[in-house]
Amino acid sequence: MELGQMQKSLQDYTKSLFVEGILDSQFLQLPQLQDESNSDFVSQVVSLFFQDSDRILNDLSLSLDQKVVDFEKVDPYVHQLKGSSSSIGAQRVKNACVVFRSFCEQKNVEACHRCLQQVKQEYYLVKNRLETLFKLEQQIVASGGMISAMDLGF
Amino acid sequence: MATNSMGNIQKIKKKLKVLIVDDDPLNLKIHEKIIKAIGGISQTARNGEEAVIIHRDGGSSFDLILMDKEMPERDGVSTTKKLREMKVKSMIVGVTSLADNEEERRAFMEAGLNHCLAKPLTKDKIIPLINQLMDA
Repeated sequence: MELGQMQKSLQDYTKSLFVEGILDSQFLQLPQLQDESNSDFVSQVVSLFFQDSDRILNDLSLSLDQKVVDFEKVDPYVHQLKGSSSSIGAQRVKNACVVFRSFCEQKNVEACHRCLQQVKQEYYLVKNRLETLFKLEQQIVASGGMISAMDLGF
Repeated sequence: MATNSMGNIQKIKKKLKVLIVDDDPLNLKIHEKIIKAIGGISQTARNGEEAVIIHRDGGSSFDLILMDKEMPERDGVSTTKKLREMKVKSMIVGVTSLADNEEERRAFMEAGLNHCLAKPLTKDKIIPLINQLMDA
């Protein structure tokens, strides 16, 4: 594929993430913090988000599977995931966590199980889409192109 | 004052020494970068108790402390109260969640904050606030 086409594909793909509400404007803050001294800051932050989220979701599954669910343990996990998803702009994950927390407050185990599934669904979606986004960027760079914030079209 | 290619003001007026207090490693990384990008230097504490210990050891003083509200071991409200009891004179800006209600925010302010900002933090939120607090 020609470089110009790849860049257009990247722009369209990125735009779709915002149109579908998977990402919000907070994600656009991250490239602004990238500089020569830390040229892969965005991928580092996103990788950290993936690592933390995988761990938290695993811990949440274990906590909710206990015979007696300790919501003093569950709620901080959801709070952390809400915070980190908000910080990188993973809007739908964040929104799912907000709902999850409200059911934690009510100590509604069944609803929390449903919320966990919803959070997982949104998380795997944003993870998948961001991994594709980074692959597209890598292809452009490998073809001699450059990525700039303006390529995002916002 | 440094500007970016879009002509927006991007730096604070003076190089600040900032303590970032947050239990989330992702937030710490992003907030450190924000502080560096706006011309400050930062140190981190992973919870309120660490922030208190840093000050108790006496070696550090900060122009600004960014204080997360919900943290294990010692939360933002308790930490702010403790630091003010210890006569810490730094500007303390609370970082709250949008889900926090008015009463929770007021309690946080009354603990001794100079101001509150809602997460997520961005350069556009923090630069005018820091410059305003410095001018006050």
